[in-house]
Amino acid sequence: MKYLVIVPAYNESQVIFRTLTNLKQTLKKSPKFDIVVVDDGSTDSTYKEAKKAKVTVLQHKLNRGLGGALSTGLEYAKRNHYNLAITFDADGQHDPKDIIRAIRPIEKNQADVVIGTRTRGKGHMPIDRSILNWSSNIFTWVLFGVWTTDSQSGFRAFSKNALQLIQIKTQQMEVSSEFFAEIKRNNLRLIEVPIKVIYTKYSRAKGQTNMNALNVFVKLLLRLAR
Amino acid sequence: MSIFLPIQILLLVFLLFAFTRVVLRYKDGTIPLGMFLFWIGIWALATLSIIRPDFTTYLARKAGIGRGADAVIYGALIVAFYLIFRITVIIENLRQDITRVVREVALKQVKKKK
Repeated sequence: MKYLVIVPAYNESQVIFRTLTNLKQTLKKSPKFDIVVVDDGSTDSTYKEAKKAKVTVLQHKLNRGLGGALSTGLEYAKRNHYNLAITFDADGQHDPKDIIRAIRPIEKNQADVVIGTRTRGKGHMPIDRSILNWSSNIFTWVLFGVWTTDSQSGFRAFSKNALQLIQIKTQQMEVSSEFFAEIKRNNLRLIEVPIKVIYTKYSRAKGQTNMNALNVFVKLLLRLAR
Repeated sequence: MSIFLPIQILLLVFLLFAFTRVVLRYKDGTIPLGMFLFWIGIWALATLSIIRPDFTTYLARKAGIGRGADAVIYGALIVAFYLIFRITVIIENLRQDITRVVREVALKQVKKKK
């Protein structure tokens, strides 16, 4: 059995090394984990910093957005026959210790996809993020018919079966909702696991800003209308 | 004295230009036959409407719209919105194609290094 942790990164040179060393430190007891960073055309030294952590780094020559980066990571997992893949944010908002707990439902064959939900775990989600997240949850439910308490979570785990079936088309932040469309389309079993969230000034400045939420909604609508 | 009003002459010159663009783009392979015929049809209708303004009034009456000019505006709006939609879809498809190329390059590079 071999597992892959996918870390999409765009201009994360300040934190990527620390995130990766934390990940390695936590997972070192379990040799089945590999880590791959997808550097999404960063203009800073993200690639160099990630390389310093001695993990595999896939480099996008052009910035393609979060969806593009995640698809590259998932494709890498598929081509290299991983049994399980986890997506993990590069900005340090996730706790690597949650990984072992989150993959358990897949290991026990109770789920094909696990979403790490930030609304039920430890840590406090700022109120504006919370409102944005709940609006996205309702939108995801209306559009794709899947209810989740954290549609925008970057912490996900996929079984081998899910890796084969899920096909991501959107390329930016809207990918988080698209995963749910794919879960529904392929009748995959979904389980939510509470995870800890560490909101820092840095992680709040990155990720989904309140301003581009509307843009994400429009793109999802366009995807449906095509 | 010319049989056409100055505005008609101006519009006809523009249409001549539009026709040449369609033909040139078809000849250099930028647009497929379907799109060539579609645009030729659009510009032909526009030419007919300019040379014979009563033609639009005739069409408008048939469609139940009061004035010819209104019919032209309704039609033009529908076509414009449809085209904007098509262009958005095409751009989105192109972006997906670019992502696929970028992905393949990234995956191949790591394979080589291994």
